[in-house]
Amino acid sequence: MADDVIPRRKFLLGAGVAAAATGLNPPSPVPAQVPAPTDAPPAIAVRRAEPEAPPLTLNPTEAAFMTAAVDTLIPADNLTPSGSACGVAAFIDRQLAGAYGGGARLYRDGPFLKGKPEHGYQLALTPREYFRAGIAATNDWTRKIYGKDFDRLSEAERETAMKALEQGKAEFPGFSSKDFFEALLALTMEGFFADPIYGGNREMAAWKMVGYPGLPATYHDDIKAYFNKKYDRPPQSIADFT
Amino acid sequence: MGVTLPGVDAVVIGVGWTGSILARELTKAGLKVVGLERGPRRTPGEDFTIPTIRDDLKYAVRQELFQDTQMETVTLRHAGAETALPIRRLGAFLPGTGVGGAGAHWNGMTWRLLPSDHNLRTHLTQRYGARAIPDEMSIADYPVSYAELEPYYDRFEKICGVSGKAGNLRGTIIDGGNVFEGPRSDEYPNPPLEQSVAGATFQAAASGLGYHPFPAPSSNASRVYTNPEGLTMGACVYCGHCERFGCETNAKASPGVSILPTLMADPKFELRTNAYVKDLVYDKVAHKVKSVRYVDTRSGEEYEQPAGLVVLGAYVFTNNLLLLYSGIGEPYDPATGKGVVGKNYCYQTGAAAVTVFFEDKEINPFMASGAQGVLIDDFNGDNFDHAGLGFFGGAWIQAGPTNGRPILTRPVPAGTPRWGRGWKQATAKWYNHAFSIVGSCCNYAHRDNYLDLDPTYRDALGRPLIRMTYNFKENDYKVAEYVTAVLGRIGRAMNPTLINTPPYRRGNFSIIPYQSTHNTGGTIMGADPKSSVVNRYLQSWDADNLFVVGASVFPQNQSYNPTGAVGALAYWAANAITSQYLKNPGPLVPA
Repeated sequence: MADDVIPRRKFLLGAGVAAAATGLNPPSPVPAQVPAPTDAPPAIAVRRAEPEAPPLTLNPTEAAFMTAAVDTLIPADNLTPSGSACGVAAFIDRQLAGAYGGGARLYRDGPFLKGKPEHGYQLALTPREYFRAGIAATNDWTRKIYGKDFDRLSEAERETAMKALEQGKAEFPGFSSKDFFEALLALTMEGFFADPIYGGNREMAAWKMVGYPGLPATYHDDIKAYFNKKYDRPPQSIADFT
Repeated sequence: MGVTLPGVDAVVIGVGWTGSILARELTKAGLKVVGLERGPRRTPGEDFTIPTIRDDLKYAVRQELFQDTQMETVTLRHAGAETALPIRRLGAFLPGTGVGGAGAHWNGMTWRLLPSDHNLRTHLTQRYGARAIPDEMSIADYPVSYAELEPYYDRFEKICGVSGKAGNLRGTIIDGGNVFEGPRSDEYPNPPLEQSVAGATFQAAASGLGYHPFPAPSSNASRVYTNPEGLTMGACVYCGHCERFGCETNAKASPGVSILPTLMADPKFELRTNAYVKDLVYDKVAHKVKSVRYVDTRSGEEYEQPAGLVVLGAYVFTNNLLLLYSGIGEPYDPATGKGVVGKNYCYQTGAAAVTVFFEDKEINPFMASGAQGVLIDDFNGDNFDHAGLGFFGGAWIQAGPTNGRPILTRPVPAGTPRWGRGWKQATAKWYNHAFSIVGSCCNYAHRDNYLDLDPTYRDALGRPLIRMTYNFKENDYKVAEYVTAVLGRIGRAMNPTLINTPPYRRGNFSIIPYQSTHNTGGTIMGADPKSSVVNRYLQSWDADNLFVVGASVFPQNQSYNPTGAVGALAYWAANAITSQYLKNPGPLVPA
């Protein structure tokens, strides 16, 4: 596999530098096979002044997976840059490195029995360890099907592989690829739409995409002034008030 | 083992709505009261401030203000033959912890029950015949009528500064209010909140269909308001951060805004936070609770606090747990129907929400309060004829966003992918052009649904978790199916560009998606000790100096959000204690 000649860590750093230089999202590991119309530069640009900080908890393989995964779930188009260019992969790394990843507010006493779907999450793993297992299982599966890790697949292959996870058709050893997909999708959307102070939603790209104004959210007069009218004030984040 | 403290007149367990109300009324009557709160001390001025209170990830998703499942959670099984598993991460319901309890992070819907909700079993029997109610439906009358509770509903509404419009003022029916409500002695203390585009659209469609829309009764003040405690609420700024958040403008009524500033200034009240109550010391012969034992979670030290009077005012689950731990009252046994503690546990059923999309409307869902919708009550309770329908009960139905926070609120047309370019395009296109019509259904008690102690799983103090044996039953499915059809009818009458009308799916109760934090029952009020845990004054049948307050005393769950009735019953009980019990301590109702 020629792709593997470039160590992942170098690739990641290179991607960050490239993004810093161009102001656009980092390139995919292989040339993106993107439909033409949505290849136009996004209306909402994300300027990035500094290269990506190194991950806090994800190892190079995991970081490469996460970048590819969030770019598959949130591809660059005319609306926003890609998920990773919006900081979503960095957000997930920080979440998994912090209290959430360590199992905060997760009851973790045994015995750990297999429940019904309606019982929700019933594993002993913290989110950090669950994602470690899920990323490894996804790469094991794509190596079996495509001969490559997930992040080395073409965009079309990544979309196909992601759909297989979503439908639970990717074979994971003893656990559900659908459950992993749901956890991945939830964390990705949190990163895309949360306040930028957490590292995702850079420059409020996702808020601009939908028209969510963020803070300060005080509409005592605006609720009348903007009745059935588009709200036209630019969004603000928590950081704009501190 | 533990330090025994000097005795006090009264101990209140839990400093949320009910604990705050009882502590305030008892100190006013001259008692020295200690409030024990398992969680931290929070004050709106310190903890609920811009900009950080607008942090959707921290509050709405990472559950900052809710009970920490690592300390304590609930186990669930759908039927008695199954093994219950713990709710490891909160989802379906979100109990609070800390000073203010869930009263800090609620939306503010503040209802009175219908007069026919108060005497439900009698009412249905009179209207539909003695055999109409199925044997397994263990519904019961509240042992307090609407007319008796009316002054206390009124009192709580004034404490909360409820914004709304009366539909029945001393028997005069008023169009534009809820024409199905019981007679009110007074108008709401504040006028309704501003209307949203969604609410106006719903109102027009519902009126066109001949229904009776009215503005939500909302504990979000529509204007600056000073309550009978002398405490001033700000005017709501429609920030779209009610549910799951504290309020930075003090416009949302909460214990911290509406009662505690006055109570905390009274030297007769002492608040102890991080005081995790372990059990009550019960003298079965004397029919009294002698003391309350708790652990100070800052030190691990155990204390025993003797008290002349004990008010159990925690959340539904803790009220049940502490009675079960303490051996007060006979645990309910569904096989025999005997016993009472844990009986008639109820939750809530939701109809399948309808979402309507309008290319030509700007919904601005982010400009919203938690209780700003427009509703109809035409299909609630027994407001419509149930003859031949095969079920009892109904739902309130409403439209009007509570928020536009995009981590959790991003409506898209049915069939839209959940990720990728198609998802992005649809999300960007429809975010500001859609809203949902929802129905909150009743949940009538069933003899197989109950609470008891889990045999396996333990909390942080090593005690058994509460075990929920619970599932939706035939009556629940039928109500939800019926209401889902009404939602579709109203949605289509709006002539939307697109409409999502998902079918109601019958299925097991799931702990994953949020449904409502309207858990009720288990320590129900009733006419006699064989069928209930507390009497009409919320006094324990087994210990006359113990009062159990909160939605755990509801014999069944109406469709209404419970806080209005919880607050009214708290004032009702407080009045019974101060005007009757303190003068002549003993049972207020002969057993």
